Amino acid sequence: MSRVVALTGNQAAAEAMRQIRPEVCAAYPITPSTQVMETFAQFVADGIVDTELITVESEHSAMSACVGAAAAGGRAMTATSSQGLALMHEVLYVTSGLRLPVVMAVATRALSAPINIHGDHSDTMGSRDAGWIQLYAEDGQEVYDSLLQAVRIAEHPQVLLPVMVCFDGFTTSHTIERVQFLEDAEVQAFVGEYRPAHPLLDLKRPVTYGPLVLPDYFTEIKRQQREAMSQAPRVIQEVGKAFGDRFGRFYGLFEASHLDDAQVAILIMGSAAGTARGVVEGLRQEGVKAGLLKLRAFRPFPAEELAAALAHLQAVAVLDRADSPGSPGGPLFTDLRAALDGLQARPAVLNYVYGLGGRDILPEDIRRVYQRLLRVAAGEEGDTAVCEYLTLREDPIRLAPVGGA
Amino acid sequence: MSGDAKRGWRDLPLGALILDAGNAEGYSTGDWRTLRPVIDLQKCTHCMLCWFFCPDSSILVQERRVVGVDLEHCKGCGICAAVCPVKIRAISMVEEAEAVRAGGDRE
Repeated sequence: MSRVVALTGNQAAAEAMRQIRPEVCAAYPITPSTQVMETFAQFVADGIVDTELITVESEHSAMSACVGAAAAGGRAMTATSSQGLALMHEVLYVTSGLRLPVVMAVATRALSAPINIHGDHSDTMGSRDAGWIQLYAEDGQEVYDSLLQAVRIAEHPQVLLPVMVCFDGFTTSHTIERVQFLEDAEVQAFVGEYRPAHPLLDLKRPVTYGPLVLPDYFTEIKRQQREAMSQAPRVIQEVGKAFGDRFGRFYGLFEASHLDDAQVAILIMGSAAGTARGVVEGLRQEGVKAGLLKLRAFRPFPAEELAAALAHLQAVAVLDRADSPGSPGGPLFTDLRAALDGLQARPAVLNYVYGLGGRDILPEDIRRVYQRLLRVAAGEEGDTAVCEYLTLREDPIRLAPVGGA
Repeated sequence: MSGDAKRGWRDLPLGALILDAGNAEGYSTGDWRTLRPVIDLQKCTHCMLCWFFCPDSSILVQERRVVGVDLEHCKGCGICAAVCPVKIRAISMVEEAEAVRAGGDRE
C-alpha cells in the first residue's frame, strides 16, 4: 500500500532518505535544501531511522565525511545547494575518482554574486564535469522516485559513480505537492543490500584508497570513469524500468511529449518542463505540431538517444537555466549541438537562457519561443544559433505580441 | 601501482585502489635521494633511535644491531642523522653523487 501525502520536494527527499536508511548522512544546511536535512535530522532524533547523522562545519567537510563513510563500506547520502555545492567542488572529484556511490539531493540555486537564494541551474552546471551522474527532477514525486533509483544506479557494479538528484530551488524544493510514497519494506526491497567490493573496514582484506597516481597511470583511471559513464545510460534505463514495473511510474533518460509527429520542440530540464507541457497541450488543441523533450539525465548526456529523438524536427529550442559566459551558448545547448553534429540533416537549434536567480518563466514566454520556432521552421527567420536571454526586460521576443501560432 | 608490465585501464582496480597490501616495498623511492646517510658502524651504539624515527623503514637491522641503510627506499631526508645521539654522531649525510663515485650504490 502506498501513501499519498502533500509535502514539499525537500520533505519528499528526506522521506526517500529515511526509507533508504543510509549508514551515514553528513550535512551542512543551506537554502533552499536546508529542509531536507532538517526533516531527516528530526527522523534521526525521533529514532525512526538509525542513520549516523554527522553535523559537520561546512559542505567541504560534509562531502569529505561521505567519502570516508562510503570508502569504509557504508551507504552515504547528503543534500546541498548553490554555494554549498560550490564549496564541495574539490571533494566531488574525489568521490567520483574513488568510484564511491554517494547519493546527494541538490535543490538547485543561483551562485553569488549578486547574492540570490532562488532557483536556477548555475550550481549543478558548475559540477557537470565532476564525474557525477546528474538526474534532473520535475516535481516532488520525481525527486522521491529518482533518489530511490539513484542508489541502485550509483551502486551498479558497472557504474559505481556518485549521483546527484537535482530539483529546482523553491519551485520544487518548497512547493507542497501531491507525492505518493512507497512502503518502507518496498523501498528496502528495491534498493537492496549494499555490498561494497572493497570496504576499508574489511580488516582481512586491506585496501588503500586514494594513492598518488602519476602520469603513467592517471590517464587509465580517467578512462575507467568515462567507461562507467558510458555504461550509465543503460543502467539508468534498466533501473527506471524496474521501478516502473514494480510501482507503475516509469523513468528513462528523458521524457517526450507529443514529439513523434512534432514539427518543432523545446528541450528543457526541471520544473519548467511542467509549464512547457501545458503550453504544448494548448498549441496541440490549436492544431500546432509542437513537442517537448524533458531531459532527465544530463550526465551522462544521452547524445545518441537525443539525436535520434530530435532528428525529424525542423527546429528545436534549447532552454538553459544557466549561462556559460563566453561559450557559444548554455551548457545544454552546446552539448545538444555536439550531439546533433552527426546527423545528415539536423534541425535548426535555438538557445534561450531563462529563469536565472528564480525569475519566473510564464506560459506566454514559452509560447513565444514556439512561435519563433515555427517562423524558423517556415523559413521566415534564420537559424541564428545565438544564445539569447528569455524573460530579459529587453528580450525582443518578450516584446513581441502573443498572437496565434 | 607497482609491477613490471604496466596494466591497461581494463585491468587496473577501479578508482586506483591498491588491493595488495604492503606493496610500497616494491616501489623504489631511493632514486629521489640527493643526500645519502652513511653509518659509521664503529661508532654506532645500536640505540635504535634512527630505526625508530626513519619514516621509510630504511634502517636495516639484524639480530638487534644496525647493519646499514636500505638505499632502494631511503629518500635521504636526514632524520636518522639528526636523531643520532650528539655524543655518538655515527651517521653523516654525504652528497649522493660523491657516495656513488666513492663506492657504488651499496654501503
